Amino acid sequence: MTDATLAAAQGRQTVDSIQTSYMAQVQRRRLYGGLTLLIFVVLMVSGFNVADDRNAGGFWDGLHQIGDYPAEVLAEAWEKRADLPALIVKFFPALVETINIAAVSTLIGAAAGLILSLLSTRGLARWPRLIPVFRRNMDIMRAVPEIVIALVLIFVLGGGPVPAMIAIAIHTAGALGKMFSEVAENADLKPVEGLASTGANWSQRMWLGVLPQVAPNYLSYALLRFEINIRASAILGFVGAGGLGYELRNAMAWGPGRFDEAAAIFILLFGTIVFFDQISSRYRNRLTEGQNA
Amino acid sequence: MTAADLSLVKTEADALFARKRIFAVALPAIVLAYFVYIFFAFDIAGLTKRANWDNAVTLASDSWSYKTHVTRDNRSGEMSYAVEGERKGAYPEGQRPDWVSGDDIITIDLGGDTIVRLLPEQRTEVNVPGFGLIEAQAEGRTITTNLPDDAPDWINASNRRVAITTPEGRVTITGSKTEVFNYFPGWELFWFTFDSPYHGHGLFEILLGDRIDPTRPNITGAVSDWWNNAMWRHKDVAWAIGETILMAFLGTMGAAIIALPLAFMAAKRFAPVMIVRAATRRLFDFVRGVDALIWTVVLARAFGPGPLTGTLAILITDTGTFGKIFSEALENVDQKQIEGVASTGAKPLQRYRFGVIPQIVPILLAQILYFLESNTRSATIIGAITGGGIGLMLTQAIQTQKDWEEVAYYIVLIVAMVMAMDSFSGWLRGKLIGRKD
Repeated sequence: MTDATLAAAQGRQTVDSIQTSYMAQVQRRRLYGGLTLLIFVVLMVSGFNVADDRNAGGFWDGLHQIGDYPAEVLAEAWEKRADLPALIVKFFPALVETINIAAVSTLIGAAAGLILSLLSTRGLARWPRLIPVFRRNMDIMRAVPEIVIALVLIFVLGGGPVPAMIAIAIHTAGALGKMFSEVAENADLKPVEGLASTGANWSQRMWLGVLPQVAPNYLSYALLRFEINIRASAILGFVGAGGLGYELRNAMAWGPGRFDEAAAIFILLFGTIVFFDQISSRYRNRLTEGQNA
Repeated sequence: MTAADLSLVKTEADALFARKRIFAVALPAIVLAYFVYIFFAFDIAGLTKRANWDNAVTLASDSWSYKTHVTRDNRSGEMSYAVEGERKGAYPEGQRPDWVSGDDIITIDLGGDTIVRLLPEQRTEVNVPGFGLIEAQAEGRTITTNLPDDAPDWINASNRRVAITTPEGRVTITGSKTEVFNYFPGWELFWFTFDSPYHGHGLFEILLGDRIDPTRPNITGAVSDWWNNAMWRHKDVAWAIGETILMAFLGTMGAAIIALPLAFMAAKRFAPVMIVRAATRRLFDFVRGVDALIWTVVLARAFGPGPLTGTLAILITDTGTFGKIFSEALENVDQKQIEGVASTGAKPLQRYRFGVIPQIVPILLAQILYFLESNTRSATIIGAITGGGIGLMLTQAIQTQKDWEEVAYYIVLIVAMVMAMDSFSGWLRGKLIGRKD
């Protein structure tokens, strides 16, 4: 009897000590969590203030003007709505150019990324010693923003689609190379070994042993990249690389009176992005689900 | 298996192989045809004509070298010496480069026995080894030389202007001035301009030597002179990089904060009302579809150029992207944990906090950190359009078309910045949610 009460008392003591230490731990975690949150909030607020200070117009002044420009554009476009179909037809070639830039650079970039990824994956690399070299190369290609290469190339090659194409292709090769290589790391090596036993050379081993395994994932990533590249090629057009972005800048430079052109370009760009977004997401779903089935 | 079955399988296999063969030929053929179309659509053949290879040469040589201008005003006879011919890089009064000598007759040694002599009465002599002595006389607006009519193509001479390009440097003579350009490798005045007392002193001398400027300690003086270097503008560059990173940080974090509650409204499990769900999803699609370019253009009209506009453009576009990703993550949460929390009597908000959030935090953090890195690049690009950050400095430097060493400097900085953000976000991801590999 006395033993039992003693044991119970002891038990309560342990429970109590566990509880106190648990509560202490919870409090410490709350403190750390609160401190992190506080630092984060301070960073956000002060960062916002710095950005606001260094901006030409203030945030609070600009906030109520945010709708002015779209409203002006829409009003003028609505006034001249009869011209809109004609304008859309007029800018359609520019749209085709923008899409072409994105498509070619995705194709070239994906091909380069494919080779780079295989060369920089452990177990598959042609020259295992050079893996770090290829990886560094891809890092640099990925890190250079497209606009940097595009602007330099525009200076040398003159305006037009080619500088944008090269710039986006370089970035795509770096970005896709990294993602491809992550996929290739998980590829089954048995087919590769089997092919090696028949005397296949490196490119045959990759083409017949690795690619069939990774193709759905690679295609899915390439489609996603194509989507991103359409946006990039529109932006590069804005700095002089041709296509829809270039037309948009010209229309913007005219200001009021040409807002119907700006509106037509907005519509085209928006429609294109949404269209390719939907198509690519549908196919990507099919590619990844097909793999699971 | 009967013979009939076998032959059926065989025909099927044959058909499969035939399909594969067609596919293997057709796909490359389509791609090739597309490339041929592009070859003509992009006018690649005309590219060689449009390309300006002189620009490429200037760009390549200027990005790693600099030139010092020695200029004589042919009207007043006044001499000036300046790096890159800029006022900010001018030699102080009474000083000149050590490869220039003489007082009445100024001798400029370009190296490799190429010597330029500026003689009184606007006469100029250029001694080019292997060619001989070129004499030029400026009178009013005309130039007379001893050059034959069939001068080699590195000499471009008319009676108004004479330009001589040698491997060691360039000389141009016009009626108003004679200019000599001497090329050197490196980025001159990167640390200190000529007006700083620390120019020409080594690192050890500044750190350990006597006070160079008696009014201030060496280290603070040197740092402040370097920071305020008028030629390379280190202060402005640092601010610009800060602005770019700030745009990426504020845009990404702001988008995540706004997108999280909206994502709950777009996920089937948490928003049973179809209308709300569909409306939120369409909002995400719309915001993403409008694209950063159009947002930038629209926002720049309201807020003017600057980092705030870039921040908001990133914020709005990424709200759509994050909303989509987050709501997909929310659809896939495990119901069991929510039920477990609910069984303790938790209210809905507590259920979300302890049953849902812990499940999606790793996905959210991974995405946010990935976007932080990719938005650093976007912020550079958006900055070039709206006028903020390092992107603007880069476009300005490219548009002046002469400061290629600055362009090279900015490119190196941008690449370093993006790679630093990449490894920072990777490191943070490893700290917060553990490493994958």
